[in-house]
Amino acid sequence: MTETKVAGPAEVWITGIGLATSLGEGLDANWQALEARRVNVDEKTFAPYVVHPFAPVNFDTQIPKKGDQRQMEAWQRIGTYAAGLALDTAGVKGNKEILSRMDMIVAAGGGERDLAVDEAIVSAQAKGNVPPGFLNERLMNDLRPTLFLAQLSNLLAGNIAIVHGVTGTSRTFMGEETAAVDAARIALARIVDGESDIALIGGAQNGERKDLLVLYEFDDFNLKNKFEPVWARSARPGFALGSAGAFLVLESKAHAEARGAKPYARLTNVVGDHARRKEPGQVTASLQALWTQLGVTNENAPVITGAAGAEPATAEERAFLQSHPGHAVRATGTMFGHTMEAQFPIGLALAALSLSRGALFPPNDSTGFEIEMSTPPSQIVVVGTGHWRGEGMALVEAIS
Amino acid sequence: MAAPRDKLGRPIVVVTGMGVATSLGAGKSDNWKKLTAGESGIRTVTRFPIEGLKTTMAGTVDFVPVEPFSSTDLSERLADLVVEEAIAQAGIGSAGDFPGPLFLANAPIELEWPHREQMARAIGKTEIKYDDMLQISGGGRFTPWHRRFLFGSIVDHLAERFGTKGSPISLSTACASGATAIQLGVEAIRRGETDAALCVATEGSVNPEALIRFSLLSALSTQNSPPQAASKPFSKNRDGFVMAEGAGALVLESYEAARARGAKILGVLAGCGELTDSFHRTRSSPDGKPIIGCVRKALADAGMTPEQIDHINAHGTATPENDKMEYLGISTVFGERAKQIPISSNKSMVGHTISAAGAVEAIFSLLTLEHQRIPPTINYEIPDPAIPFDVVPNKARDAKVTAVMSNSFGFGGQNASLILTREPA
Repeated sequence: MTETKVAGPAEVWITGIGLATSLGEGLDANWQALEARRVNVDEKTFAPYVVHPFAPVNFDTQIPKKGDQRQMEAWQRIGTYAAGLALDTAGVKGNKEILSRMDMIVAAGGGERDLAVDEAIVSAQAKGNVPPGFLNERLMNDLRPTLFLAQLSNLLAGNIAIVHGVTGTSRTFMGEETAAVDAARIALARIVDGESDIALIGGAQNGERKDLLVLYEFDDFNLKNKFEPVWARSARPGFALGSAGAFLVLESKAHAEARGAKPYARLTNVVGDHARRKEPGQVTASLQALWTQLGVTNENAPVITGAAGAEPATAEERAFLQSHPGHAVRATGTMFGHTMEAQFPIGLALAALSLSRGALFPPNDSTGFEIEMSTPPSQIVVVGTGHWRGEGMALVEAIS
Repeated sequence: MAAPRDKLGRPIVVVTGMGVATSLGAGKSDNWKKLTAGESGIRTVTRFPIEGLKTTMAGTVDFVPVEPFSSTDLSERLADLVVEEAIAQAGIGSAGDFPGPLFLANAPIELEWPHREQMARAIGKTEIKYDDMLQISGGGRFTPWHRRFLFGSIVDHLAERFGTKGSPISLSTACASGATAIQLGVEAIRRGETDAALCVATEGSVNPEALIRFSLLSALSTQNSPPQAASKPFSKNRDGFVMAEGAGALVLESYEAARARGAKILGVLAGCGELTDSFHRTRSSPDGKPIIGCVRKALADAGMTPEQIDHINAHGTATPENDKMEYLGISTVFGERAKQIPISSNKSMVGHTISAAGAVEAIFSLLTLEHQRIPPTINYEIPDPAIPFDVVPNKARDAKVTAVMSNSFGFGGQNASLILTREPA
């Protein structure tokens, strides 16, 4: 329990943003790329699958110990790096007093495989005549002992605790896109209710993984051959996996003001639901219901969506968006690819950044579905629709 | 009449339904009978070949048939079983319509070896690369595996089957996961978001790779024979934990809502504490501060003092490290009472149910309160002089128990403690 519980619900500010994506690291690099409508996409390395590769960073700047870096697979390094950026922008990096009571909810995948080990084992099995203990013997000999820790979902949070010293509470939510919606929703509710003063939330994905492509290829979700903006994929649907880490520092206004922290924006509301998706239209209906719960008052509030080209989810989301004309739409899937657990945090980050810079970034869409917006936004709606399950929405507002 | 509140002015959270399954069997009654008889559910693994393994035993759940086997399918089946039991006991909602959110603790989900092998057969070559697997993955042949091996796979199934409300949460805090699921439910009720929550934890991970992963970290006991004697919490000759399967489910309700509908109160979730350790990925800080802080936070959250706790359901994994650190933590908070308060480890009998442990052991703690009988720590033949706990050695003990602390400490610096009490007088 915290000691600063105040009467009534607390206002929650976004005071830190960490972005490390295919477009670069940090707020300026990502913002400039968005303004330049730049997309970093690789159609060759994993051909025919299209991915948005991670823009190289110097991991040493956020994860100074090489030993720590070696204990992580790429997704954990990306996430730990982006978490460090968020703490930096919030001005709490190294502040032991605050970090020791900072709450953390990480949306995590995991399970990054050692591809060579897997290939060698299935190849040997395919040749036949392997003894009963063959798999055991190979795994005992070939798996790196520390690989398990680099695969474990909760070890992204574990690494953030070890590297950055975030040691209040630590929770890891799993479940692809929705895990991050719930991370934001629960962290917000806890701060509003006075259970928590300051929290770190976010997610990370390494999209340059054949084992991950296999999982999504089981249902033909991967975008193949040629990149196109999300709204131009109806004839050839699919998402391009993206590598990214996105983290935010959420903080009660009172706590931020007491330490003189500047907000990027206010996080007013986060809502989520779980449409059954047995019948057409259920995703659209779920998003409509969430919209009515959200509290949007500005009829020109832009929408930043994680729609990524997964069908029928993206078509259903498009139907929802079309029923709210006048709201400029931006699909982060076009610029960042589908970053799964990082999808919703990227949306929150870009909403906060746009509000703090007084402008929505330009459309990046060949179909005309995304329209220009020249006035400074006061509210931005962030939408996160899971490719298979889960719908989420957030309202982010400017602090005047 | 005013709504009942706890010492901090929050709604009181009570338990009105419980379901449990472990290597000892299915259901509260069978588990409690065997647990208090000091029976072990640990056995030699028969699910897959054990040639070449350093550890060949586990607390597998073999009475739930899953064919073809996958850990995800077993985890889901176990979760179904315990949720059915819990909801039936609570008598809440109606079939397929649970009036509150779902919080599920489960192991991270991933494609497993039988599936990789099936793909290899479909490829039909003798040198197989991931590109070959990718080539045959699409086109509809393996579509069900997409849903099966998403991280949200089990929670989606439970949410739809039992009709929980809102966005269901699937979580992992390693060995503390079950406690975290309960804590999320407690918080939701205390915030007034809901009158009821379904908190579930499940573990079906005994497969070759999972066993080998823990084995490579030198975390598992290798005292394979006899398997029933392998798990030796707090003993001098303990040498690691024993992997086990199981599940637990709890229906939590606000005391007010439970009373209003005349539900039987099984116990109170009086307090939750959690604190992160940043010392090391698998080891606790040598000064014990995170564990001490976690236990103190749970006490503060319950508005209780150490003197009010009269039994501790230990994490007690039987790794040399954990048991030593748990003693350091408990003895620091409880002082001289640490040697008198009965402290038992259910893991001596059911093994370490990892993601499910926090919920399984919370249920056993509530059964301890109900029956006023403390399950033993079995296999306690050679006490560790460095851990002078009263471990309730080898035989269950009748005792007056009004408040139990249940501890969970896991990889990644995850510490969580729960305090459970009887219905308010």
